[in-house]
Amino acid sequence: MRTFIVRRLLGAIPLVLGIATIVFFVVNLAPGDPTLRFLNPNMSDAAIEQVRVNLGLDQPIHVRYVRWLGALAHGDLGYSFTRNRPVLDIIKEILPNTLLLSLTAIGGAFVLGILLGIVQAVRQYSLLDSVASIVGLFFYSMPSFWLALMMVLVFSLFAYQGNWLIQFPPSGMQSVDYTFLSPVGKLQDRLAHLALPATSLSLVLAAGIARFTRASMLEVIRQDFVRTARAKGLSEPVVIFKHALRNGLIPVITLLGLYLPFLFSGTVFIETVFSWPGMGKLIVDAIQQRDYPVIMGGSLVFANMVVVGNLVADVLYAVVDPRIRYE
Amino acid sequence: MSERGLSGTPLSVVLPGLPQLLRGRWGVGGLGLVVWLGLLAVLLGRWTRFLAGWGGPLDHQVASITVVAGLIGAWGWSIWDLSRPAGVGRGGMGQWGLAAQAFKKNRIAVMGVMIIVFVYLVALVTPLIAPHDPATQASLVTSRLVGPGGEFPLGTDHLARDVFSRMMYGARISLSIGFVAVGISITIGTLLGAVSGYLGGWVDTVVMRLVDMVIAFPQLVLLITIVALFEQSSIYLIIAVLGFTQWPSTARIVRGDVLSLREREFIQAARALGFTRRRIILRHVIPNVLAPVIVAATLGIGNVIVLEAGLSFLGLGLQPPTPSWGSMVSDGRNYLLDAWWIATFPGLAIVFTVVAFNLVGDGLRDALDPRLRT
Repeated sequence: MRTFIVRRLLGAIPLVLGIATIVFFVVNLAPGDPTLRFLNPNMSDAAIEQVRVNLGLDQPIHVRYVRWLGALAHGDLGYSFTRNRPVLDIIKEILPNTLLLSLTAIGGAFVLGILLGIVQAVRQYSLLDSVASIVGLFFYSMPSFWLALMMVLVFSLFAYQGNWLIQFPPSGMQSVDYTFLSPVGKLQDRLAHLALPATSLSLVLAAGIARFTRASMLEVIRQDFVRTARAKGLSEPVVIFKHALRNGLIPVITLLGLYLPFLFSGTVFIETVFSWPGMGKLIVDAIQQRDYPVIMGGSLVFANMVVVGNLVADVLYAVVDPRIRYE
Repeated sequence: MSERGLSGTPLSVVLPGLPQLLRGRWGVGGLGLVVWLGLLAVLLGRWTRFLAGWGGPLDHQVASITVVAGLIGAWGWSIWDLSRPAGVGRGGMGQWGLAAQAFKKNRIAVMGVMIIVFVYLVALVTPLIAPHDPATQASLVTSRLVGPGGEFPLGTDHLARDVFSRMMYGARISLSIGFVAVGISITIGTLLGAVSGYLGGWVDTVVMRLVDMVIAFPQLVLLITIVALFEQSSIYLIIAVLGFTQWPSTARIVRGDVLSLREREFIQAARALGFTRRRIILRHVIPNVLAPVIVAATLGIGNVIVLEAGLSFLGLGLQPPTPSWGSMVSDGRNYLLDAWWIATFPGLAIVFTVVAFNLVGDGLRDALDPRLRT
C-alpha cells in the first residue's frame, strides 16, 4: 500500500507541473495589460516603464515562466498586484473558509445522496423511488447559483417578511456583532450563515450521488451473496447495511474524485451569491482586476486539491475493496 | 397496401399527426400535431408580422422560413408516413432501427424530445411571437418592476423590459451556444480519442496526460479566466472557449471503447486488407463508437447551457442588452426583494431545458445499449 501511494504521488508531479504550465500561459498570453490600473495619463514613459519593471512584466515570457516555476518550487506564489501582500498569505487566510464550505457541502451531499440512493434501490419502482428520481433530476439539472438565489429568496427574504420560525442570513460568513458573541453564540452564528450556501451546493451534488448509488445498489442487491444473507435469516437492515452497502459503495467512492472539480466550480458561484470570503470569490475578483499572481496561485491551489482528492479517492478505493491490489 | 395504407389520409390533410396519435403512436403523432397546430396559430395570429418578416432583418426572415418549413414539413411527413406500407423493410431492422424502437417505448425520454423541439421552435420563431422587443424599455416611471400578469405576462425588470420576451430571446443564445459548442467539443473529443486509442504508444500517453490535466482543472476557473482576460466577450468567443474545453471527457470515453475495438476481428481484417490507418480510424473505428458519443453530446448540451448561464451570471457573458438566461438571473439578483420574478423565470427556463436534455440523454443511453434493451 505504501509503495502504491508513493508511486501515485510521484505520478502526480508531472500532472501538477503541466497544470501549472497551462495556468501560466493561459493567464499571461491572454490579451490585456495588468499595468493599466496603475497608470494615469500624466505619467511619464519612464514611470510607466518603472511600473512594468516593478511587476516583473518587462521580461520576456519564457524568463517569467522559469522564474515563476523556480519561485513555485520554493513555495512562493508571488506577490499580489493589487493587495500588496504575498499571494500565499492571502490564500492561507482564505482557504479555510472555502474548505469549511466545500467540506460541509460534500459531506452533506454524500450522506444525503447515499441514504436516498439506498432507499430508492430498496424500494425500486415505488412511488417514493419515482418521485425522488424526478425531483433529483431537477436538482441535478439546476444551476447552483440559481438554486442559491431561490434559497435566499425563500429562506431569507420571504421568511423575514412572513416572520417564519426559520430564517437564515442571506450573505456573509458572520454577523456584524460576531466578536461579541459567546462561544456557543459564535458557533450558532457560523452555522446559520453556513446553512444556505452549504445546502444549495450539496443539493445539486446529492442528486447525482443518489442516482449513482441507486444504480450501484441495485446491481449489488441482485447478487448471490445477498440472497445467501437473506437465506441465512438475517434481518433486512443487516442485509442492506452490512452486506449490500459495503459492496455497493465501492463505485460511489470514485465519485468523490470526479465531483471535486464540480464542487470547486460550485463554490465560485455560491461564494459570489452569498459574499462568502473564499477562494472562488478571490479568483473572480482577481480576474476582474487582472491580478495575475493571485489568479495563477488560486487556480493552482484548486487544481492541486483536485489532484489530491483523486489520490485520496484511489487510496480509499483500495482500502475499501480488498480485491483491488495495486502492484 | 396494408390496411394501414391510405385510410387516415383525409384526416392527415387537416390535422397531421392526429391519425398517428389515434393509432397509439403518441410520440411522433403528438409531436407532429403540436408542431402543426403551434405553427398554424403563429401564422394566423401574427399574420402581419409574418408578412413583414420576409423583408425584415435576418432573424425575422429565419422565423418566417421556420414557420413555412415547419408547416410543410409536418404536413408532408404525416401523409408520407401514412402512405408507407407497415412493417419493416426487406433488410430487417438495423442497429439504429432497434435503438429507435427502444427509445420510443421510453415515454419520459420522448417527452424530453418534445420539450426540446418546443424550445427550439420557440427560439426560432421568437421574433414573430414575442409580445415586446427584448431591448425596448417601457415607461420607466409606470412599468418598472411590474409584477407578472396583464400586459407583461412575467413582469418587467429594473429597466422596464418585458421578462417574458427577454426569456424567449434568451433561449436563442443558450440553445445556439449549447449546440455549436458541443458540436466542436464532440468532434475534437471523438477524433483525439479514436486516434489516441487506436495508435497507442506515445500519442496515447501525450493525449491522455493532456486529458488528465484539463479534467483536474476546475473548468469554471479556466473558463472565467479565458473569457475575462479576452476583454471583449462575444458569442463566438464563448462558443470557442466552451467548445475547446469540453472535449476531454468525450476523448476519454471514446479512447476506452477504441482500446477494446482495436483487438476485434473486423479491425484486424481491415488492417490485413492493407487499409491506411486514416481510413481504418475514420471508416471502421469511429462509426462503432458513435453510440456513447451521441449520449455524451446530448448530456453535454445541458451541461454547456448551465455553464454559459454561469458565465453570464458572473457578468462574463454577452454584452447587454443582449438577453441571456444567465445574465437575466444575474440582473434579478439585485432586485430579489422587490421583484422575485426577474431571477426566477429565466432560471426555470434553464432548469426545464436542461432536464429535457438529460432525459433524452438517459433515454438514448438505455436505447443504444443492447444489454439494456428489453
